[in-house]
Amino acid sequence: MIAIIDYGVGNLFSLVSSFKAIGADTVITGDIETIKKADKLILPGVGAFGDAIKKLKETSLDKVLIEQAQNGKPVMGICLGMQMLFEKSYEYGEHEGLGLLKGEVVPMENRLPENLKIPHIGWNALIFKKENPLFKYINNGDCVYFVHSYYAEGCDDSLLATAEYGKELTAAVAKGNIYGCQFHPEKSGNVGLNILKAFCEME
Amino acid sequence: MITKRIIPCLDVKNGRVVKGTNFKNLNDVSSPVELGKYYSDCGADELVFYDITASSDGRQLFTEILTEVAQNIFIPLTVGGGINTIEDFDRVLKCGADKVSVNSGAIKNPDLIKEAAQKYGNQCVVISADVKRVDGEFRVFAKGGREDTGMEAISWIKRCVDNGAGEVVVNSIDTDGVKKGFDLEMLKAVCEVVKVPVIASGGAGSKEDFITLFKEIPDIDAGLAASIFHFGEVQISGLKKTLKENDITVRL
Repeated sequence: MIAIIDYGVGNLFSLVSSFKAIGADTVITGDIETIKKADKLILPGVGAFGDAIKKLKETSLDKVLIEQAQNGKPVMGICLGMQMLFEKSYEYGEHEGLGLLKGEVVPMENRLPENLKIPHIGWNALIFKKENPLFKYINNGDCVYFVHSYYAEGCDDSLLATAEYGKELTAAVAKGNIYGCQFHPEKSGNVGLNILKAFCEME
Repeated sequence: MITKRIIPCLDVKNGRVVKGTNFKNLNDVSSPVELGKYYSDCGADELVFYDITASSDGRQLFTEILTEVAQNIFIPLTVGGGINTIEDFDRVLKCGADKVSVNSGAIKNPDLIKEAAQKYGNQCVVISADVKRVDGEFRVFAKGGREDTGMEAISWIKRCVDNGAGEVVVNSIDTDGVKKGFDLEMLKAVCEVVKVPVIASGGAGSKEDFITLFKEIPDIDAGLAASIFHFGEVQISGLKKTLKENDITVRL
């Protein structure tokens, strides 16, 4: 059973449909016991970093997530969920993240060439930086769907893939049992489904 | 680099696709669910579903069918038609839409875009404008292109983006249905004033029209069409191959 962490942020409809399409059982939950019993955890998220991390902390889900990740349970953060795995974000102020991965989240504004539109929205090609079981069903150069205005920086040791948008932006990260996708696998056609499938097969 | 998007648009009334379709390999060419899957499988980068239902019964049916479509495609889904309130946003987002397109609703209530952007984020709000040349200027039309609002279109679109619209669909009434190509002059004028993605709509008749669009206006992000895809005059997979051969970045 895969637990999709529900902390009141974002629309989980597509994630549930995607896992259903690859035959994986999911439960949408904010219940600590259910999360502890699950085989794997998905941390979704859209919206602003500050609000989201505040909600996680208010419900003590931050502690559970950190504990479960440190116990070796596979955890995947998606979009803002990935950003929250890092130490810090500079989205409207300065916010502490879960600190499961080294690195921080910074705005694209003033860091990308001026002619580029922000957010980075649309399909972009993955540039693999490292081999990982997460990519076992997809190829270097496959396109995935992004929507974001902030990106993770300084995550060198966990960097799995980037996407070129004026510079190479962090697209996927992994460190041991902890995974993150800046893009939306649930909106990335078969390539996205194959990433979720590979995650489902993680021990 | 980010790829150029190709977007088919389905007009749905009473749970069925209304504009004619001509696919031999589909059992039910009027089923939005079948068509949605078909387009998703042949490489469409996004789908637009347009609710052209007038009655509330029809709207209920649209909501049900939308949910079924959303469950069966794994690409972004934009929904438009009859979006007048925040409750309408809520209704279609809960059915699995990723973005919501507003047109007449924003003309009637200019605050709608601001409210929706604050609640759901700019990336969720699409301004769709029906534009026609009148007395030497671009005018915004309401009610499916039937009513001249008297407003100058380019400044209207810019205002919507300033209010929080994260994407713009420009439908040229002048080129719509003519199949002689997109309205490059109108699209250029829009691209000059906004910094969010711009989607061209109205006028596509052939693959070449898409090549011309992306070559002539590098700032255009996507091309949208309905009947030429429905009737199979242009196949999306073939179109994307041709674009790639012409050095236009697409997802294959």
